[in-house]
Amino acid sequence: MIKMVHRSSIPLHWRLYEPKYKLVGNKCLKCGESFFPPRNICPNCGRKGALKKIVFSGRGTIYSYTVIRTPLDGFEQQTPYVIGVIKLKEGPKIVGQIVDTEIRDITIGKEVKSVFRKIYDDSPSGLIHYGLKWVVIE
Amino acid sequence: MLGIVGYGAYIPKYRIKTAEIAKIWGKNPKEIEKGLLIKEKSVPGIDEDTITIAVEAGQNALARSGINPKDIGALFIGSESHPYAVKPSGTVVAEALNINRELRLADMEFACKAGTAAMQIILSMVKAGDIKYGMAIGADTSQGRPGDALEYSAAAGGAAFIIGKDPAAIIEDTYSFTTDTPDFWRREGENYPKHGARFTGEPSYFRHIIQATKGLLNKVGRNIEEYDYVVFHQPNGKFPVKAMKYFKVPKEKYLPGLVVDRIGNCYSGSSPIGLTAVLDIANEGDKILLTSYGSGAGSDSFSIIVTKRLKEIRDKAKKTEYYIERKQYISYGVYTKFRKKLKI
Repeated sequence: MIKMVHRSSIPLHWRLYEPKYKLVGNKCLKCGESFFPPRNICPNCGRKGALKKIVFSGRGTIYSYTVIRTPLDGFEQQTPYVIGVIKLKEGPKIVGQIVDTEIRDITIGKEVKSVFRKIYDDSPSGLIHYGLKWVVIE
Repeated sequence: MLGIVGYGAYIPKYRIKTAEIAKIWGKNPKEIEKGLLIKEKSVPGIDEDTITIAVEAGQNALARSGINPKDIGALFIGSESHPYAVKPSGTVVAEALNINRELRLADMEFACKAGTAAMQIILSMVKAGDIKYGMAIGADTSQGRPGDALEYSAAAGGAAFIIGKDPAAIIEDTYSFTTDTPDFWRREGENYPKHGARFTGEPSYFRHIIQATKGLLNKVGRNIEEYDYVVFHQPNGKFPVKAMKYFKVPKEKYLPGLVVDRIGNCYSGSSPIGLTAVLDIANEGDKILLTSYGSGAGSDSFSIIVTKRLKEIRDKAKKTEYYIERKQYISYGVYTKFRKKLKI
């Protein structure tokens, strides 16, 4: 069986603290569209666009989700777990793990908020990668 | 006037009942519950640790304070379960909370009182004028060896306090009492702590709680009767109640801050979470006495006076009672998985 592996390098993890820890994206001041992860150039306005860094509220709704029963390497003890597409209040859709919620209670359209969690360990002696996950608002 | 300008608690959602643990080890659940006065304890999710708990509590403290995180000039996190042996929990927490990078920061360890020690240091820094605001956090995902008495109480949770000017609760004064007492320890590389049972009660918990509390009362020139709420460290339900009886504190003054029966002993987060539960209900002018205890051993005692600002800030974040009542029970099997006791 081919094992799916989800890993990012330590330098890449370090470079992405802002979006991973604080949900920092950007917004084009010309067309008003928000982006996550942040874009270098507005896809609508091109070089005429003006991108400004923004911090998303961490609130959104479940746009779609799937239950993972054959885990990525490192996620075996969390199986089954839920990966959702979250539509942020500000517009962009992002992919993230939905936790602390019974699978039967997860439905499309439910409101969610971000929580700070461990995403994975490199190994017992390796770096711990932290980031944002999502919980259904009770 | 200096004191608490923002506070917040966080307790993981998962709970395991004392009876569930007792059943696994062939013990009488009623005897254990009666002995410890703990019905259930909080358990961190598989993706939670001291850092994630500290971030959630810190976010609640920031929400209540209304201050810009960039105005925080110091962050100290007290815990006996920092995820790294070498690499501060505080740097991750500061980054996640968007705290100023011109920052004095260190992790602290003193068994269950590292959180209150952090509060004292931040208070001193603010008092000296070195920083405008500082954040102190006590958080733990404490460990209990399977089958050991500590397994019934070792729980997870934390509380964060932002200390500065114009507080919601003035920290009038503090007092500490410290001795070298071999009641509880964990050696480098060991997964679980050991405890010298003969020392646990009288020469440890009671001696330090009583001496620190008496020292504080003497320092501020008050009788304990003048306090509206009293919070002591809560390793189990029995010890704090016995200490309250020693000081003749009536139930109505200590029950609001006594949370151990429903969440267990959150170690560095224990008495700080009790304090947040009291701050959630206290009124202007109320006096609160807080005494922590950390094995090894020492106690920090605080005299706190509530100001009118408390009512303005406390609804800006989830209250401690919300986190206590928000719960999902798990079996001992799931507990062993969450606490990484399963070796795969």
